[in-house]
Amino acid sequence: MTTPLISVRNLHKWYAGVHALKGVDFDVQAGEVCGLVGDNGAGKSTLIKILSGVQRPNRGEIKIDGRLVQITSPKSAMKLGIETIYQDNSMVPTMSIARNLFIGREPLRFAIGGLGLLDYQRMREGAMRAIADVDLQVRSPDALLGELSGGQRQGVAIARAMHFKSRVLILDEPTNHLSVKETSKVLGFVRSLPAQGVTGILISHNLHHVFQSCQRIVVMARGQMVLDKPVDETNVDEVSDAL
Amino acid sequence: MRRLFRIYLEKPELAGVALLIVLTVVFEIRSDGVFLSAENLRGMLGLLPEVGLVSIGVTILMICGEFDLSVGSMFALMPVCIALMTNAGVPFIPAMLLGLVIAAAVGFANGFITLTFNIPSFITTLGMLFIVRSLTVVLTGGFPPLLSSDLPTGVFTQFVGPGGMIRASFMWFVIIALIAAAMLGGSNFGNWIRATGGFFDAAAAMGVPVRRVKMTCFVMCSMLAGFGGTIQVFRLGAPLPSIGEGLELQAVAAAVIGGTALMGGIGTVFGAIVGALLIRVIDNGLVLSQVDANWFKCAVGGLTIFAVVANSWLRRTARRIKVEA
Repeated sequence: MTTPLISVRNLHKWYAGVHALKGVDFDVQAGEVCGLVGDNGAGKSTLIKILSGVQRPNRGEIKIDGRLVQITSPKSAMKLGIETIYQDNSMVPTMSIARNLFIGREPLRFAIGGLGLLDYQRMREGAMRAIADVDLQVRSPDALLGELSGGQRQGVAIARAMHFKSRVLILDEPTNHLSVKETSKVLGFVRSLPAQGVTGILISHNLHHVFQSCQRIVVMARGQMVLDKPVDETNVDEVSDAL
Repeated sequence: MRRLFRIYLEKPELAGVALLIVLTVVFEIRSDGVFLSAENLRGMLGLLPEVGLVSIGVTILMICGEFDLSVGSMFALMPVCIALMTNAGVPFIPAMLLGLVIAAAVGFANGFITLTFNIPSFITTLGMLFIVRSLTVVLTGGFPPLLSSDLPTGVFTQFVGPGGMIRASFMWFVIIALIAAAMLGGSNFGNWIRATGGFFDAAAAMGVPVRRVKMTCFVMCSMLAGFGGTIQVFRLGAPLPSIGEGLELQAVAAAVIGGTALMGGIGTVFGAIVGALLIRVIDNGLVLSQVDANWFKCAVGGLTIFAVVANSWLRRTARRIKVEA
C-alpha cells in the first residue's frame, strides 16, 4: 500500500471533561473521496477541526505524505494544502465575492511585513476565473455574498478552495440548508474531485449522499473509528448498524 | 428607485452626506448667512479634527465588531499626561510619544481583557471609562495643570492655508483620515477588519489572525482618541481633566449616522467623518439659528435613532430588491 496522503495516529482530544477523540487512527489515500459519517457527538467535527487547524489535539500525530506535521492554525493547514468548507460559516456575508475569495491570502501590489495594498484588479479577475472554473454563474465579483443563495455561497466556497490549488478538500456537511437541485450540484462536484487531482473528505449525515459520492466510508462513534470499508464492500444497513 | 437603493447599499454614508447638505442649507437660511461665513467655518473646522479623529477610531473598532466607551476619558488622559510630563521637564516630542504609548497601553488593556476573558467590550471599556477618568482627576488633583506656553503646540494649532481658514490640526486630520481610509478600504489588513467584524468564525477559519486584528483596532482607537484630545487641549491651552465627557457616545453616534453597522462588518472612514461633521453642524447650526442650545443632545439622539432605523430598513429593502432582480 502506498503512503497515505493524510495519516492520523492515536489522536486524542479532551474538552472540559469530555473525551471527544479517544485515540483515532485515520488514513486518507491520495486521489480518493472518503466519506466520514457518525452521529452527533461522535467526534467527526472535532477530527475535522483539528485537521483544518481550528483546534489542536491533546495527543497524537498527523502525517502528510508520511512527514510529521504540526497544524497550528487554519493558515498552517492551508499551507499544507488542506482547505475546509463548512456547512454555513465559511464566508463573510457583508463582503463582496472577490474580497471573500481572497480573505487571508489577498494579492498585494506591495507589502511590508505581510501588510500592504490590495491589488483589487487581480482579485476581481481571479474571482471571476475561480467562479467560472466551478461552473457557477454570478452577476459580478462585486456582489455581496449575503445576496447569494445558499447553493451559490457554497459554490463560492468551493471556488475559493479550488483556486488555491488545495490538495485535500474537507467538506463539512456542505449540503445542509441547500435545495435538492443545489445539493445534487455540490455532490456532483465532490464526485469530480479525483479527476481534478484533489483528495476529498466528505462529512455528511445523509448516508445516500456518502454512498453516491465516495469511494470509501469511515464511521465514527463515541470518539473512535468503528468501521472503515470501501463503499462497494458495504451497504447502508451495515453502516447504520455501526452508527 | 432601484438604482438609488443600489447606490445606497454600496455607499451607506451617502445618506449622511445628503442630510448634511440639507441641514447646511436650512441653517444657512435660518442664520441669515452666518452659518457659512468664513468666521464660523473657521471655528467649526477647528473643532472637527478633534472629534473626527475619535470617530474614525471608534468606527474602525466597530467595523471589527467591538466597542470602546473609554475614548472620552482617553481624550482627557493623554493631554493631561503630556502637560504633567512637560512640566516635569520632559521635552515636547518624547512627551507626545510617551502620551501615545499610554493611550496604546489603555487600548491594549481594553483588547486584552475583552479577548482573554471573552466578555463584551461594551463592559470592559465601560469600566475603563471610569478608571481612566478617575486616573485623570487623581493625576491633576482636579485642577488643570499649567500648559507651558513655550511648547511648540503651533504644529497643531496655528492657522494655515488661504486666509488662515484652517488650523494645522486640520491637515493632520486629513492625513490621518486618508491613511485610515486607505488601510480600511484598500489594504489586506482592512479586509481582515471587515471579515473579523462581518463573521468572526468564518474569518478565523479562513486564516485571518482575528485576535491580532481586534487588538490592533483597540490600540488604534485609543491612540486616536488620545491624540484628538491632545489637539483640543493645545487649542484651548488648558488640560481640563473633564474634557471629553460624553464624547464616547457622540463618537458612536457619529459612526452610526455615517452608516456603520452596530454588529460590525460594515462602515467607512468617510462615513465616520460625515457623522462627526453632521453632529458639529447640528451643534453649531442650532446656536446660530437661535434655538435653545440644550436641544442639541435631543437632535443628535433623534438623528442617531433615525439613522439606525433608516439604515436597517433600507438594507432590508435593498436586499429584497436585489433578490428579485
